[in-house]
Amino acid sequence: MRKVFVPLLVLAAVMFAYAPVMVANAPYESTMLLIQKIFYFHVPSWIGMYSALLVCGVASALYLFRGDVRADRIAVSAGEIAAVFGLMGLTTGPLWGRKAWGVWWQWDARLTTALLLELILVGYLLVRKYGGPGAEKLSAGLALFGMVDSIFVYKSVDWWRTIHPQTSVVLTLGRYSPAMLSALAFCGLAFVLLFLILLSLRVGLAEQEAALNELYLAEED
Amino acid sequence: MGKFATLICVYLFTVDLFAQAPPGQGQFLPVEQLPPTEQLPAAPLLIVAYAIVWVIAMAYIWSIWRRLGKVEHDMRQLEKRQSQRTR
Repeated sequence: MRKVFVPLLVLAAVMFAYAPVMVANAPYESTMLLIQKIFYFHVPSWIGMYSALLVCGVASALYLFRGDVRADRIAVSAGEIAAVFGLMGLTTGPLWGRKAWGVWWQWDARLTTALLLELILVGYLLVRKYGGPGAEKLSAGLALFGMVDSIFVYKSVDWWRTIHPQTSVVLTLGRYSPAMLSALAFCGLAFVLLFLILLSLRVGLAEQEAALNELYLAEED
Repeated sequence: MGKFATLICVYLFTVDLFAQAPPGQGQFLPVEQLPPTEQLPAAPLLIVAYAIVWVIAMAYIWSIWRRLGKVEHDMRQLEKRQSQRTR
C-alpha cells in the first residue's frame, strides 16, 4: 500500500479537481434541475461509507475469529472512516431534500435507518476509545452488527414505502442517461480512492500508536 | 389584573386581524408558478453541500495529521528519556 500511496494520492487529486467539470457537464434531471447535482457527491459518500464498513466488518471478523491484531488496526481505521463518510451523506442529503421534498428531514425508513447506522458507528468508536480492556472484541462484534445492518439501510427503500428514491434509480441510470452514470461512476471512483488514501493514513497512525504502547510497556518492565 | 387581561385580549385580537392566514390552496400549483418569495434557490444549497464534503474530508485529514504528530512527539520524548537513563 505504501508503494502505491503517492500515485493514488496524485490520481485522487486529479479526479477531485476534474469532478466538478464532470458534474457540470452531466445533463440536468428534468424535475429537480440544479439541486439534483448533489447526487454526484451524496451517492459517492455512501459508496465510500459502504466500502469502509465492509472493510471494517471483514477485518473485525478476522480479529474476532483468528485474533489477527493487524486486522484489528484496519478495522478501527475503516470504522472511523465509515463514520466520516456517513456524516458526509447525512449532511448532503438534507440539503438536497430541503429543495426536492420541501423538508430538511423525514423520519422515513431510509433516513432513519441511515441515522441509526451512523449512531452504531459512533457507538463503535466510543467503545474503542472508552471501553477499557477487552473493548477491541466488543467493538468488533458491534462492527459485524453494523455491517449486517447496512444491508437493511440499502434495501430499506425497496422494502418499505419511503420518500427517498429506490435503489433502481442508480441501477438503471445507464439505460436512461449514460452521461449521468459516467459522472456518477467518476465521482464514485474518486471517493473510493479517497477512502483508500484515508485508510492508508489511518492504519499508519494505528501502527504508530501500537508501537508507542509497546515502548511504554517495555519502559514499565 | 382585569385591565391587563383585557389589554392582552385586545392585543391578540388586533394581531389576529392583521395576521390572517393566507387562503388555502385548493389545487396543484407547479413549482415554476410559485411567487419568487416562495421559491428556494438551488445554487446555495448545492455549493454548501460540496463545501461540507470538502470541510469534513479536510478536517479528518487534519485530525489524523495532528494525532500522528502527537504520537511522534511522545516517541521522541520516550527515546530521550531512555537515552538519559542509559548514560
